[in-house]
Amino acid sequence: MLAVHAVRELRDFVLDVTLSVRSGETLVLIGENGSGKSTVLNLISGILTPDHGEIVLGDRTLFSDEKKIGIPPESRKIGHLFQSYALFPHMTVAENIAFGLRCRKVPRPEIAFSVTNQLRAMNLVDLADVNAGRLSGGQRQRVALARALVLEPDLLLLDEPLAAVDMRAQTAMRSELRGRIKDAGIPCIVVTHNLRDALELGDRLCLIEEGKVVAEGAPGEVLAMRENGFIASFAG
Amino acid sequence: MVLSLLTAVLLALFLLFITLPVVSLFLRISPEAFLSSLTEPVVLDALSLSFVTATVSTVIVVLFGTPLALVNARHDYRGRELVDTLTDLPIVLPPAVAGLALLMAFGRRGVIGQYLDIFGIHIGFTTIAVILAQVFVASPFYIRQARASFETVDRLYEDAARTLGASRMTVALRITIPLAWGGLVSGAILSFARALGEFGATIMFAGNFQGRTQTMPLAIYTTMQGDMNAAISLSIILVVISFAVISAVKIVTRRKY
Repeated sequence: MLAVHAVRELRDFVLDVTLSVRSGETLVLIGENGSGKSTVLNLISGILTPDHGEIVLGDRTLFSDEKKIGIPPESRKIGHLFQSYALFPHMTVAENIAFGLRCRKVPRPEIAFSVTNQLRAMNLVDLADVNAGRLSGGQRQRVALARALVLEPDLLLLDEPLAAVDMRAQTAMRSELRGRIKDAGIPCIVVTHNLRDALELGDRLCLIEEGKVVAEGAPGEVLAMRENGFIASFAG
Repeated sequence: MVLSLLTAVLLALFLLFITLPVVSLFLRISPEAFLSSLTEPVVLDALSLSFVTATVSTVIVVLFGTPLALVNARHDYRGRELVDTLTDLPIVLPPAVAGLALLMAFGRRGVIGQYLDIFGIHIGFTTIAVILAQVFVASPFYIRQARASFETVDRLYEDAARTLGASRMTVALRITIPLAWGGLVSGAILSFARALGEFGATIMFAGNFQGRTQTMPLAIYTTMQGDMNAAISLSIILVVISFAVISAVKIVTRRKY
């Protein structure tokens, strides 16, 4: 269970969101560009710090200005996938996946075992020794997901997970992604501009406008709100 | 047509102006004379002293300059502009002024030197002074280049590494520094070359004692008053090193990613 209340002054508006996600549930954030969706993910994973608020994941308080708690990003146990995937270009696929385990000083044989498992699960075995800079969009996405999941995170944050994957591969990748999220059994937040992502990945939908949650509910409910300009264009 | 002809002539004249003096060095000495002067103590002493001091000063510059460059590239703090200006100062400061300034600070009667003198520590006119002078004049070459290379590293990689469990230190060592590597190496090479060529500050602050403070440029200055072959030989070595430095920098700064 993830519970977030975060306030942060951004350049154009004050971001003020309250949301919660249960274990095994996927919350999809939709909204215009610049509405603060990616910022919400950055606040949760600790790359940005809220001005006020509280972020609780399971029984751990990750941030609370009142209790003066601010767990640094490296200790939050959150898998955060960036829109461009941010694979380390000076490392191979296997080294990218092993990175987090090495930071945790996991013994080498265990690292090798976990990395091999992830490579298999993601169909990346043949690419293990390929430099991460040479991969296609779909391959990058799988490596980034493997790199996050190998650490068995308590929460998964996905920013436009399929945006860099070419159209033809998207359908297959989407169902693969859905499977991996469900297997992980942890709370998951997905930011997307894609209606099919929202429908197929999301258990709940949350519409953000200028840093505020303006609608929340089952995908069908939210998408039925045709009086909202964004929903009208999003749901086509 | 006329314009391109003019450009070609200007270019040719300029290249000639740069290359002719360098080539002249090679034309005014026979290979035998070059080789025999390489065995002269004054040449050998200068060679070894120059390499040792330039290496040590480059190591010092890298050790102190890397964290400074990384902080200035990544964090905005009050006084950052001032720090940047101060670290750049030695580039524009005349070396003679740098030498005198170092003497006023670390010389026997200097601001700091007078207290070191109480403990029997003397810096002026020693090999340490040579290294200090080189660090002083060469550090901006590394720090500027290092900062610029750190700034080209996309912060996204650093953010991603943090969420994967890397501390700030690990991010610097495993992500930022490797991604900026080419620039750091070329900065270190440039700084080494500047240290190797340092003359003015050294002769004022460290003096000109063979085997102790007489580096290659100082030895060239000294030997040309008697043994021109030794002076030319040392100059040729420095020309070759300069060429090697430029090629090395060009090779390492070719972008890999």
